[in-house]
Amino acid sequence: MLPGALVILVSFGYLALLFAVAWLADRRADQGRSLIASPTVYALSLAVYCTTWTFYGSVGRAAATGIGFLPIYLGPTLMMTLGWFLIHKIIRVAKANRITSIADFIASRYGKSQGLGGLVTVIAVVGVVPYIALQLKAVSHSFTILVGATPQTAPLAAGTVPLWQDNALYVAMIMAQFTILFGTRHLDATERHEGMVAAIAVESVVKLATFVAVGVFVTYGLFDGLGDLFARARAEPSLAALLTTADSAAGYGSWAALTFLSLLSVLLLPRQFQIAVVENVDAAHLRRAIWLFPLYLFVINLFVLPIALGGLLHFGSGQVDADTFVLTLPLANQREDLALLAYLGGLSAATGMIIVETIALSTMVCNDLVMPLLLRRDWFGLAARTDLSGLLLGIRRWAIIVILMLGYAYFRLAGEAYALVSIGLISFAAVAQFAPALIGGLYWKGATRAGALAGLAAGFAVWLYTLLLPSFAKSGWLPADAMTAGLFGIELLRPQQLFGLTGLDEISHCLLWSLLANLGAYIGFSLIRPPDAGEARQAGLFVDALRVEDTERWRGGLAGGGSQNLVADLLALAGRFLGPERARTAFSRYARARNATLETIQPDANLVYFAEAQLAGAIGSSSARVMVASVAQEEPLGLDEVMNILDEASQVRAYSRELEQKSQELTRATAELRAANARLRELDRMKDDFISTVSHELRTPLTSIRAFSEMLLDDPRLALAERKRFLGIVVGETERLSRLINQILDLAKLESGRADWARVPVDLAAVIHAAAASLGQLYREKEVALEIAIAEPLPPVLADHDRLVQVMINLLSNAVKFVPAGTGRVKVGAGGTAQGVRVEVADNGPGIQPEDREVIFEKFRQGGQDVLTDKPQGTGLGLPISRQIIEYFGGRLWLESPAAGGATFVFTLPLPPRDNAGKIYSGGSPDGQEDSDRR
Amino acid sequence: MYRSRLTTQRLAAVFLLGCLLFNYPLLALFNRAATLLGVPVLVAYIFVAWLGVIALAAVVIERPDD
Repeated sequence: MLPGALVILVSFGYLALLFAVAWLADRRADQGRSLIASPTVYALSLAVYCTTWTFYGSVGRAAATGIGFLPIYLGPTLMMTLGWFLIHKIIRVAKANRITSIADFIASRYGKSQGLGGLVTVIAVVGVVPYIALQLKAVSHSFTILVGATPQTAPLAAGTVPLWQDNALYVAMIMAQFTILFGTRHLDATERHEGMVAAIAVESVVKLATFVAVGVFVTYGLFDGLGDLFARARAEPSLAALLTTADSAAGYGSWAALTFLSLLSVLLLPRQFQIAVVENVDAAHLRRAIWLFPLYLFVINLFVLPIALGGLLHFGSGQVDADTFVLTLPLANQREDLALLAYLGGLSAATGMIIVETIALSTMVCNDLVMPLLLRRDWFGLAARTDLSGLLLGIRRWAIIVILMLGYAYFRLAGEAYALVSIGLISFAAVAQFAPALIGGLYWKGATRAGALAGLAAGFAVWLYTLLLPSFAKSGWLPADAMTAGLFGIELLRPQQLFGLTGLDEISHCLLWSLLANLGAYIGFSLIRPPDAGEARQAGLFVDALRVEDTERWRGGLAGGGSQNLVADLLALAGRFLGPERARTAFSRYARARNATLETIQPDANLVYFAEAQLAGAIGSSSARVMVASVAQEEPLGLDEVMNILDEASQVRAYSRELEQKSQELTRATAELRAANARLRELDRMKDDFISTVSHELRTPLTSIRAFSEMLLDDPRLALAERKRFLGIVVGETERLSRLINQILDLAKLESGRADWARVPVDLAAVIHAAAASLGQLYREKEVALEIAIAEPLPPVLADHDRLVQVMINLLSNAVKFVPAGTGRVKVGAGGTAQGVRVEVADNGPGIQPEDREVIFEKFRQGGQDVLTDKPQGTGLGLPISRQIIEYFGGRLWLESPAAGGATFVFTLPLPPRDNAGKIYSGGSPDGQEDSDRR
Repeated sequence: MYRSRLTTQRLAAVFLLGCLLFNYPLLALFNRAATLLGVPVLVAYIFVAWLGVIALAAVVIERPDD
């Protein structure tokens, strides 16, 4: 037990805190830094679905039916999975049409019908009154229990206390004042209340935390965990029954009915519609709400059954109202602090529901019921008044007070006969009547105002008769025999066994008949006649939510200035993208189909559609809409449209980037091909040159051999010395010939890549000495000095010994050829470097002209000579072959011309890779590795 | 909307799965006196199936657009 003053103080403190949150959020919103522009806040605010029904009532329901409390939360989970297209579409439609409430939405869908808006408002108010009564009942009871001396043994019988002592009345009055402060301090054109949403989100956190706290306390404080709790429940036969559900068709039927009912309610309750649709900041926030809101429901329900079982075990069945276990369990165990917390949680749940619900209802009452009436009758000359905001606020404030007083009245009249959940379900069944008109209207263009009115009226009437009326009867305010005997004493009309249908619980029974009547009338009356112009226009707006927006606006523009200009503009526009000829043909075809010519086409919405469709094929639908809009004198673009265009444009850009890449690749490939082709042509030309040069080279010695041989043959009188000389020349020329042929063969092998030489470690010093030795005679004959300077020891290289000797001989013989006899000097140097071995052959000859430095490495070209005129001193193949050999072994051969004159040929050979053991890795031929060094 | 047609279809599938899991006859299969880790199987089944549906919806809606 807690002192009443403390509880009241804490309550007001908490409400003040909420108000501070709301005030802060409103201020931030005015500054443009919205606090609620977050998907998490959106999901939390949706949890306004959890009222004291959830906080107190679920436990009571669980104590009576076990898991029977769950369908109310499974339904919303299912609805949220549909949210991505259903709620999303509703939000888009609502934003596009500036919808301010569910009544506005339905009225707007069926041609802005005032009658329909009024009817929806009446249904909503009447339907939700029991639900508000439920909150008042819960708050006043929780207060009574908290300050009471002992836990309530039975619910207080309302109506027994005088009005002025009934704290539910004071709760209702405080709530009204609080709601007025929250929701109607000023007018907002969009009917959005950022501060309220922020406060609701905070409240959602409070109720979740406090309920879980109580759950943990019961489960782990009073009992030894879930296992213990369930085990003890199973031991009691009356409780064991709660752990399974009635295994009957009716049981599962009512389970499914409740799931379906709550599935609809989470969207159709005025406060849910307000939070989910009207207060939505960004449709993308739905993304998180789709799983976070069900997760919230999941968590808050985890401990419902444990608390219910704990209460039943602790107090015994029927001793304490199970709806109060959340409070009475902590109180009975001397945990007043926890009970106070739980009370705050319940207060959160109640205030959240009442604030949003009454604000939503007051908006509806003001905009869809009172104002249309006032304006139509114009009792006060309203049409002439410019500023109505004071009047609007006044109407809303009075609506809030009236609604809460109605709630209180229902609580006084009927509230005590029912458990919390049963009262709530009555409201659920009422708002379910909106489903056909709202959801049907989003997807069925043929639905008409008459259908919606008839459906709503029929469903509402059945609800009144089968559910609301019996709730009064049950409370003793209507004669009970009206229930048992039926209307006018006709048994078939018994409210809860309508037409003799039995075997269903009252909710399923009402839901079945009311939705049957509702749907039947909705469809039936809709099919009597086609929608009129206004209805068809609105149907298009809602069903084709996004597409039609623009067309609709053009229609307005067209009706005013519908000129032939538009046809010409559209034609020009289409022509720009499709080509003038094609556009003209398409428009002519369109005109013929309407018995008109190109000149007499009606510039109507159909034409705009047509032009858009034509363009969409060429530039994408979003861009087409924008282009057409630009012609049809559009309003500025919305963000969504711009996003769609960007989306399409970026796709196109990605596509064109790909194309660009492809074309670049093609260009590259073409360039490569062209280069390869040029190279091939060059090779072809070189081959021709080569053949002609070779033929020439072969013919020169052949000619001289032939000439001398003929002389020997023809002239038998030649002196022996002369013969000998001639034969000497023939032999020399033959040697030259065979050397030439050998070299050509070498070259051919090398160039075709078929050279098959060994790769073994070779000592270059040995190579140099071998080459010097074989040319020693030549040098001595010409009196040329040969100096050899080798920086020993040279590291071995991987190569073929004989081929390297061939290269050395070629370089040395070239050198000796060009140095002057007698004073000539040739120096050979060799040394190891970091990368490999470097060998130089330097002479003091005339040197080589800069322009010839690369030429000498071409075939049949020799420095300073034209092969075709002068008699060559060599074959012209030595250097090309040498270079090929060196390059074959991975080295380089080039010419350096030192400033001192002469020519220096240099080649390098790389060091072989070594394995870990430091041994030379000798490529493909390891054999002969040992002795090659000594070769 | 047209950007997430696949997501929409997946969520519709989750919805149908939820309808199936939360109702007769699957519900009846677990409507017995047995327990699972001390929790009655019916209670355990509903809460696990519920969490599963929520998780599935979360995975579907939060994965990046494909």
